[in-house]
Amino acid sequence: MALLDIAGLSVRFQTNSGLFTAVENVDIQVDHGDVLSIVGESGSGKSVSMLATMGLLPWTAQVSAERMAFDGQDLQRLSSRQRRRIVGGEMSMIFQEPMSSLNPCFTVGTQIDEMIKQHKGGSRRERHERALELLAQVGIPDPARRIKAYPHQLSGGMSQRVMIAMAISCDPRLLIADEPTTALDVTIQAQILELLLKLQEEKGMALILITHDMGVVAETAKQVIVQYAGRQVEQQEVKSLFAHPRHPYTEALLSALPERAAGQSRLPTIPGVVPGQHDRPTGCLFNPRCRYATDHCREVEPVAAPDDPARTLCHYPLGRPDGEASPEPSADPSPGVSPEPSSPSRPEVRP
Amino acid sequence: MSREAVLRARHLTRYYEIKGGPFSRPATVKALNEASFELFAGQTLAVVGESGCGKSTLARVLTMIEPPTSGELTINGQAVALKPGQRPPAALRREVQIIFQNPYGSLNPRKTVATMLEEPLKLNRREMSASQRRAAALEMIEKVGLRPEHADRYPHMFSGGQRQRIAIARALMLNPKILVLDEPVSALDLSIQAQVLNLLADLQEEFGLAYVFISHDLSVVRRIADDVIVMYFGQPVETGPAETVFSQPRHPYTQALFSATPVADPNRRRERVRLKGEPPSPLAPPPGCPFAPRCHRATEACTRTDPPLEPVDDTVSVACIHVETRASQAAS
Repeated sequence: MALLDIAGLSVRFQTNSGLFTAVENVDIQVDHGDVLSIVGESGSGKSVSMLATMGLLPWTAQVSAERMAFDGQDLQRLSSRQRRRIVGGEMSMIFQEPMSSLNPCFTVGTQIDEMIKQHKGGSRRERHERALELLAQVGIPDPARRIKAYPHQLSGGMSQRVMIAMAISCDPRLLIADEPTTALDVTIQAQILELLLKLQEEKGMALILITHDMGVVAETAKQVIVQYAGRQVEQQEVKSLFAHPRHPYTEALLSALPERAAGQSRLPTIPGVVPGQHDRPTGCLFNPRCRYATDHCREVEPVAAPDDPARTLCHYPLGRPDGEASPEPSADPSPGVSPEPSSPSRPEVRP
Repeated sequence: MSREAVLRARHLTRYYEIKGGPFSRPATVKALNEASFELFAGQTLAVVGESGCGKSTLARVLTMIEPPTSGELTINGQAVALKPGQRPPAALRREVQIIFQNPYGSLNPRKTVATMLEEPLKLNRREMSASQRRAAALEMIEKVGLRPEHADRYPHMFSGGQRQRIAIARALMLNPKILVLDEPVSALDLSIQAQVLNLLADLQEEFGLAYVFISHDLSVVRRIADDVIVMYFGQPVETGPAETVFSQPRHPYTQALFSATPVADPNRRRERVRLKGEPPSPLAPPPGCPFAPRCHRATEACTRTDPPLEPVDDTVSVACIHVETRASQAAS
């Protein structure tokens, strides 16, 4: 059984101009020790789906899911008190802006102490010892002095280390990192990512890394989910995602990377912008920007084929996801499922 | 193309004085130290480095928003000699324009696109009539890939990428020779970033613009730059043609910076040059080379001298005592 098991998660917000669907039909499975990356542009719903999992969305959000379970417990049925015990303790999260996620009025020590007190308890001295240990663990020099520091006395990298210390203070089994390094410099980013992966391995916890940076994905993740406009468009193992993207959006995104377009005088671009609340296209959400789009795409919403392990949300997925491992198209990706394209509405030949 | 540099900087330096309060002493922050370079028409000079390394101070000095503390700045063959409080001549200011990182903050929310584009003309081209200004604005709107009907809309109606196009259009209204781009694409999504970079390349070709491209994103810089300046703690530590610097970084900081940048290729496993710690505080600079406390090659000698930028070969200069320079080659 997966540690975090989410199926059919949708999040809607009531706005002045009607109901806005921020996330639709997202499935996430994470096991112990997994490193999953959710990648997408702004507005793709990657943060919202994780905030919904944590139960951190405001009351205006309407969260619904077929299944939303953490370690076998149904998160939707739990009372808020029971849920509070899981969130922050067994499942914790760090955010993009370390400077603004810490309370400026309290010292770092107080804020870490609060977490431990809430979830683990213990005497004041034990908690203090634990806080010092945590600060040392996340690589903060001179913890005994830093524990008395206020957030404004710390640099961005140091604040993010403190946030990580808080997040791992109760030995979570799942850590969600929402763009943990976007606000940081590259040399500091490398340090923080290394720290997260080290902690993940040492503690055997699962890590979900939300990011928009394909470089970060390539260097850290094992599994990758690509999101576009609130939809999950594909999910693959990292190497095959970069080698054989299945969804045209992923393919376009990868080819827009400056380092992949060496030798070309202009970068390949994706025309247009991500659709907002009022300009949702009919059919496939990516069709106005897709270079393979047909009339079928403009009319009919795609669903992931049942025999597709990448769960590509496209009428005409590209290539085969396991092309690297087995070049024969007849190789069966998942035993027990027919390798033949299941319905005649998915032609092999692309326009 | 003439080989006369449109922009020449010699030992450009900018210090900030910090006034002492009742409990603190006055101090000097060396935000920019001894930057020298030349920029030619149609070329792109990239300035890379981490936050606090003086990239934006350089942008402010180049655009004459602030006078340099010392050093010479020559724009279009004309020396800019500024005393504190003195405004640069309008003719020179027209030649250099700047584009900022955040297109959400750099456009006035109360003005339409056309008004914003016409404003520089109103101030600088008094002879133009209202209809001529409008025509010029519309022409520019089309040049940057927007549609004529966008002219009378307000900034909040545009996405980030479109706003950056508006900012670019506004900067180009007076036909500048030099465009200072301060992190122009780092606030944009990947798919939009490519569009804006292509637009900048098109405009550079069309108008023969010289770009000073300030960025921390090395994959972008590698793609568009002709020359690179790598800065650390206010001073250039390595300069040279982009291709050479990227394929053969010599300064330990350049090596560390390049190896810290994630590459979108999961099959590539690299040897990381690990950087310890964080950049020093500008109020308490370390003795000797400012990079020494974080450097993997640092020796005791590094804490004694602050190495100057010295030529290694015809094109590349490096500020490090461990890199063999021309002078040390000649000596041995």
